[in-house]
Amino acid sequence: MSSTNMQHNASKKNDSLLRFMTCGSVDDGKSTLIGRLLFDTKTILADTLTQISNTSKKRGMEAVDLSLLTDGLQAEREQGITIDVAYRYFSTGTRKYIIADAPGHEQYTRNMVTAASTANLAIILIDARRGVLTQTRRHSYLAHLVGIQHIVVAVNKMDLVNYDQAIYDKICADYLAFANEIGFAQARDIRFIPMSALNGDMLVDRLEAMPWYGGETLLEMLEAAPTADVEDDAEFRFPVQFVCRPHASADADLHDFRGFMGRVESGDIAVGDAVTVLPNGYQSKVKAIQLGDTQLQSAQVEQSVTLLLEDEIDTSRGDMIVKSSSNIAPVKQIEAHVCWLSETPLSPARTYIIRHTTRESKAKVGAISYKVDVNTLEQQAATELKMNDIARISFKLAQPLMVDSYSKNRATGAFIVIDESTNNTVGAGMIVTIHDCIN
Amino acid sequence: MTSKQTKHQPLSHLDWLEAEAIHILREVAGQCSNPVLLFSGGKDSLCILRLAEKAFRPGRFPFPLMHIDTGHNYQEVIAFRDQRAAELGERLIVRSVEDSMKRGTVVLKSPDEPRNKHQSVTLLEAIEEHGFDCCIGGARRDEEKARAKERIMSFRDEFGQWDPKNQRPELWDLYNARSHKGENIRAFPISNWTEMDVWQYIEREKLELPSIYFAHQREVVMRGGAIVPINVPLTNGEVIMQPKNGEEVINMQVRFRTVGDITCTAPVLSDADNVSKIVLETATTTITERGATRLDDQTSDASMEQRKKEGYF
Repeated sequence: MSSTNMQHNASKKNDSLLRFMTCGSVDDGKSTLIGRLLFDTKTILADTLTQISNTSKKRGMEAVDLSLLTDGLQAEREQGITIDVAYRYFSTGTRKYIIADAPGHEQYTRNMVTAASTANLAIILIDARRGVLTQTRRHSYLAHLVGIQHIVVAVNKMDLVNYDQAIYDKICADYLAFANEIGFAQARDIRFIPMSALNGDMLVDRLEAMPWYGGETLLEMLEAAPTADVEDDAEFRFPVQFVCRPHASADADLHDFRGFMGRVESGDIAVGDAVTVLPNGYQSKVKAIQLGDTQLQSAQVEQSVTLLLEDEIDTSRGDMIVKSSSNIAPVKQIEAHVCWLSETPLSPARTYIIRHTTRESKAKVGAISYKVDVNTLEQQAATELKMNDIARISFKLAQPLMVDSYSKNRATGAFIVIDESTNNTVGAGMIVTIHDCIN
Repeated sequence: MTSKQTKHQPLSHLDWLEAEAIHILREVAGQCSNPVLLFSGGKDSLCILRLAEKAFRPGRFPFPLMHIDTGHNYQEVIAFRDQRAAELGERLIVRSVEDSMKRGTVVLKSPDEPRNKHQSVTLLEAIEEHGFDCCIGGARRDEEKARAKERIMSFRDEFGQWDPKNQRPELWDLYNARSHKGENIRAFPISNWTEMDVWQYIEREKLELPSIYFAHQREVVMRGGAIVPINVPLTNGEVIMQPKNGEEVINMQVRFRTVGDITCTAPVLSDADNVSKIVLETATTTITERGATRLDDQTSDASMEQRKKEGYF
């Protein structure tokens, strides 16, 4: 794509937004890959380029090191570590992209899970010289656990193995064998691509070194990948965030206005639909749907709107509006995969707060069924959880929650665990099964 | 790639960003007991005002607006700020760095020192005075590398400090805005927007902006490679930014890409006199938003990171 083309495109409206993540360590060329994507889509402007070119020279390098584009904070450089997920942006004119760039080392499971939680596609980097490693298995398992549907396995550094197709084919076969083993290959859309991020081959441009590869370039894959909203096939879920009652307004017409404000977390809703407000079970119909001044006939997943109902119903933040045809029911016990995020271990003796959609409940740990070794995927017995541990845990809840299993619905299957004393977010949960319906 | 099905049309990127920002604003309103929206009259905060209208109308905003005024602001921007707050019928609190100087809590090294970083002191004083538990701001992750790792709900301790090593993990769209008394959350609803997104949104929503965002004739000098505005009148009648000896004052057609303290915000050469021309210019520019225009970010590789640690928003 020529530079003028790209610049022209950049002023057009992007017609969708894709969030993806990159998994790999610096050694796999992850920073170079991101730097390349930003550079080749003309996201990097002259002054930034001058800056990294100067830094490259200072560090004694001959060519501009594009990985410096993702160079982190002073605090990180001082310690020589990457602390956190970084978010980066580029746009092609047809799509806007948000990259969650997660550090890949073993001790950063929590960052991987954080980055994966908002991504619909993951790029898993493999160094062509080293093949499928323990780290590849770990990244794939975590992407699987957090429900990422689309996986691009990028076999990088092909320039260092003479662009040898046999090496690439062997890595693809090894990866598929492993993916089959964990039941991952059937459930996901997995793509492979050979590349040299350093030379910019098969990212945005297709160079001449790998004529044997006829598949899509990385950017072509990204451009064609479905976005999360398009793929949503779950039932309508509308957690109430805020209730608008402008009864003191100067406009007398508004005195009876009662708007339920929130985001459609899944599915869709139309004026006239019969709805139920949980946990109380009040029934009504949708009278109107508003977005700012605009009256809508319907609303779909990821839209933030205001719902007006036919009947006066006492509803507040934390309630959930669903279609009356749905058979979701409030529960007071859940079982979930939990990734522990805090340096203070999970203690089964303590009470935590669970935040699920717009609702909170106190929660006690029921039982820890097992802990997963993210490298071997073996299940082990456990009595406590340390940072970066992943385990299957049951919780008893003080307040009922309206949940779905995470595999059916990411929005209503996810929760965070909060430490009551520090207010820190200490755990991330994905609901596996649902027990003990009230009633 | 194949999709499971295509039940829904994808939201356009602006619709998606808008929906996310509205969701964040409503989470602030739902989770915090006394939030405030920081409003400077600049383009990013004007976008947030429109988002707040979409989030909360026909009700009133569940928070007041607040401007931390360095005293070095363009008259046009201050007038626009007051006009916009009045049109919305929302309460505007103004706290001024000059009052902190009078109290002795801000001490300048020299009278013409840029006051941007001193806003932190005045902001923290205002937070304490009003007991705010959350400040909504217009910062974006694409602006600067210290912002790329910023949370949407960012925790600050009782000294207003940002500790990059001690940020709450933020997963899905489950935000944790809980705080103890004296602590503070900074909420950034347009974290995921780029400069281009902001201009496209302004164009789509037909938002009005202070005139200095558009190409206009201005007296300037060239200083250290930057265009520096000269002889700028303040709202109090004072005129600041005198040319130094030997500097040639020229008339140039310029516009501002960011609006901050006069002493550290440089305009760019431009003939873009309306929003669609600015969108086009933004698409073809070769310089980052802060690169040519924020004299205070040039000091060191880490100056934004440093200011954030000290309580800057």
